Amino acid sequence: MKLFDLKGGVHPEGKKDLSAERHIRALPLPKKLYVPLQQHIGAPATPIVNVGNKVLKGQLIATAQGAVSSSIHAPTSGTITALGDHVAPHPSGLPVPTITLESDGEDRWFMTRIVDDPLALAPEEVAACVAAAGIVGLGGATFPSALKLNLSRSSGVQTLIMNGGECEPYLTCDDRIMRERAVEIVEGIRLIAHAVAAKEILVGIEDNKPEAIAAMQEAAQGTTVKVVAMPSMYPMGSEKQIIQVLTGNEVPAGGRPADIGVLVHNVATAFAVQQAVRYGKPLISRIVTISGGAILQPCNLEVLIGTPLQELIDFNGGYTQPAARLVLGGPMMGQQFTNTNVPVVKGTSGVLALLASEIGHAEASPCIRCSTCVRACPVGLLPLEMAAHIRTADLTGAVALGLKDCIACGSCSYVCPAHIPLVHFFNYAKGDLAAQERSKLKQEATKKLAEARNERLARIERERAEAAAKRKAAREAKERAAKEAAAKAAEEAV
Amino acid sequence: MLFAAVVSLTILGTVFGLLLGVAARYLKVEGNPLVAELEQLLPGSQCGQCGFPGCTGAAQALADGSAPVTLCPPGGRAVVQLLADKLGIEADLSGVEEKGPMIAEVKEEICIGCTRCFKVCPTDAIMGAAQQIHVVFREACTACGKCEEVCPTESIKLQAVPVTLQSWYWNKPMAGEAV
Amino acid sequence: MSMELRTSPHQISDRSVERIMKHVVLSLLPVCGFSIWQYGLSALALLLTVTATCLATERLLNRAASQPSTLNDWSATITGVLLALTLPPAFPLWMAVVAGFVAIAIGKALFGGLGFNVFNPALIGRAFVQAAFPVAITTWVPAFSAQRFSEFVPTTLTAPLMMPPDIVEWIKLQAVDAFTGATPLARWKFENVVASSYDLLTGVVTASAGETSAILILLCGAYLAARKFMDWRIPVAVLASAALTAWMFQLYDPTHYPAPSFVLLSGGLMLGAVYMATDMATSPVTPLGVWIYGAVIGVVTVMIRYFGGLTEGVMYAILLGNALTPFIDLYTQPRVFGTRQQGKKK
Repeated sequence: MKLFDLKGGVHPEGKKDLSAERHIRALPLPKKLYVPLQQHIGAPATPIVNVGNKVLKGQLIATAQGAVSSSIHAPTSGTITALGDHVAPHPSGLPVPTITLESDGEDRWFMTRIVDDPLALAPEEVAACVAAAGIVGLGGATFPSALKLNLSRSSGVQTLIMNGGECEPYLTCDDRIMRERAVEIVEGIRLIAHAVAAKEILVGIEDNKPEAIAAMQEAAQGTTVKVVAMPSMYPMGSEKQIIQVLTGNEVPAGGRPADIGVLVHNVATAFAVQQAVRYGKPLISRIVTISGGAILQPCNLEVLIGTPLQELIDFNGGYTQPAARLVLGGPMMGQQFTNTNVPVVKGTSGVLALLASEIGHAEASPCIRCSTCVRACPVGLLPLEMAAHIRTADLTGAVALGLKDCIACGSCSYVCPAHIPLVHFFNYAKGDLAAQERSKLKQEATKKLAEARNERLARIERERAEAAAKRKAAREAKERAAKEAAAKAAEEAV
Repeated sequence: MLFAAVVSLTILGTVFGLLLGVAARYLKVEGNPLVAELEQLLPGSQCGQCGFPGCTGAAQALADGSAPVTLCPPGGRAVVQLLADKLGIEADLSGVEEKGPMIAEVKEEICIGCTRCFKVCPTDAIMGAAQQIHVVFREACTACGKCEEVCPTESIKLQAVPVTLQSWYWNKPMAGEAV
Repeated sequence: MSMELRTSPHQISDRSVERIMKHVVLSLLPVCGFSIWQYGLSALALLLTVTATCLATERLLNRAASQPSTLNDWSATITGVLLALTLPPAFPLWMAVVAGFVAIAIGKALFGGLGFNVFNPALIGRAFVQAAFPVAITTWVPAFSAQRFSEFVPTTLTAPLMMPPDIVEWIKLQAVDAFTGATPLARWKFENVVASSYDLLTGVVTASAGETSAILILLCGAYLAARKFMDWRIPVAVLASAALTAWMFQLYDPTHYPAPSFVLLSGGLMLGAVYMATDMATSPVTPLGVWIYGAVIGVVTVMIRYFGGLTEGVMYAILLGNALTPFIDLYTQPRVFGTRQQGKKK
């Protein structure tokens, strides 16, 4: 199959050998699970349980709210012990509404409804199963999958692309799941394709994972699923980039893959879909890679959603030495975290404990305009110019240069020889622009309120004046009448 | 020779003078539309924090250049940017370090329900009635501080809006350093 | 656990400014070595003096601005070495000090230091002394003179603020065959004598300290390009456009205009294309921009050589290219992913 070139991109050191040969193992049942209500893009789910309620594994504990949202299920059986704030898996370490579940150790399932021939279901039913199971994109974007299926079905999809790129260094969770659960994944892929009536199904896997490619090819035999080896390059696993490489088409700037008739899902999502549709199992666990130089024995674990990260780190012997930085996800786009009590959520693909030597020197020096960032940018931006604008507080200038098209892949920061934190500049600018947008909306709303109030005050004033005038007129009329009456009386008396 | 120069310059001067006079008459602008446009951009809550009598006064001052675009505290950086764009000048946003967004909050224990605060609130952001504890609508409060001034028990105060996961974002990296 | 909060990426490449600059200096060593072998003590003294002046100026200005020292980024060293290589080997040392000072102080520090300079600092230094000392900068000495390792050329040791002595007699004493005191470019321009490509390639000609051996400069540049410490597109664009321009002129009038190979190999074009035009801070950053920039330099160089009053035009061509860089960058911004060029519908 003909592949197309990726613009820009970098070749970070893979470091996947640390955990690539480690079989997926299940983490023992943790005592306490912290299940945040928002583990997806969109509105947080609303809890439907109360403190003290007993729940079974897989039971719905929070329902989706509004158009873009996702349901949340109990990862194991036990008792709800708290509905409150818990530290979020986020660099800020701010609290988020979280359901705390104390495990009863029995791990009893709520129900299992087995469908023998899931492909016989209607497309709508498949999407409904996916929605009911609370499945979100497991590649990291955590967009509600059912919504994506429904949107794609209505807009029409030519090509379904399954993303097995896993271009982030260190991460091997998708590699392992493809090696070990290829048959289930292929069934999941076919279910997704069935749900959106896709004509072409491509599975893109980077060629640094030959075992996964072989396993997937074997499982896909006799189906319309086509497994494609792609060159290893970062950010190959980014949605827009994988579409470009496999189809040669570019998703319009600011648009979605559906605009060019493509739907992209992660391979791990396909596994979750298969589990949900065939066995009725909601998304309550995922594969997580634990790796990094500070980890004694890197491994791939199947972990219940809500498990505190400390348990994952401790499971295989903990640290060899104190980590210089802890990261959720891959090193290129992952988020730093500082509190190891944060839970695994649906989007957690990896937990990395990195040494200072792995992170590298980070003292920034002036830009020498070497243009390495320009050539590394897969979007065709000028990172050095954008950062210079942001530095002088000219966010409008940065937006004009394409700040909003930046996918924050980190390629520019990775290659910058002056170690300028380019992505940090862009993250700051994007956040600041969003904050400005929010305050502008509020400004407009309060302005309307202020105008309404002024109008009301003016009206009250006017009405008061009118009423006073009326009273005055009535009084005068009365006086006049009285006077006339008096005059008349006097006249009569005369 | 000299005579010709004097004559030609005189004629030129007269012609251009006439042209200017005619232009001034026909292209006359009624009032200053800029003031109205600027006022549109201001919050309109007439809070007076800028030191001018209401938003119209502030717009007037902006238009004739006697006030900086950073004059409006409740407007925050968004308004600074809008005003700067309208006036076609560079806004020095770095100077407008907001104290972070603020919001009025009622300390329920000491609110006596005097109704003074909601009478002065320019955006009707306070709800309450006589002898009842008042409540602030976060979405409507512009943090103008008028309520704080009139509260007899110091029960209503401006507080920093707590940072949430939705409003948190990365700080600006190494402010002083070169790029 | 208290850790500083950082955004992604949490892994960076091993490239650094210091490493890039260090490799540029390293790659210049063979060129310096060849120059010293050709011209002996005078060339050595020139290299050391200019480089030391540049470093001292940089340090001095750092201190004046109470900034930390920027010597360890190696950029001042590069400026010094490159500047020395563009000067005639027997250039009076005190004038070389002036050149070095001007290069760093006016060419770089005045703009705000590394990365902010608009023009190549070494060329600013050279342009200054070219204007200030027109005779000294066109006084050439023969290569491979017998006593080159035992004595200085008299002009090298000219007392400060003094004009260098006339060295015609001294050159006669050296008894080097057929030395004319003119560079191949000058001989072509004024005497219509074209030097042999072999001599130009190996560098056995009259020239500035480091502009002699085209092949050596090419090899050093190839090393840098292979290690990705230099953008190979710029020298390729400069040389290709210069060759193309020369070739067209030769087609027009073969008797008057020399072959493209002569244009490529003579004068400072090789050093300029490989080491001067590729200065990162003063060349465009856009993929298309570097081609345009290189092409402009190549064409302008040939134009100055053929029609200008000077025999060599590389320096002014590159300075002009530097001046155009912001505009080239502005008008050659790469296409943003997912956007189409105007008028072309998807």
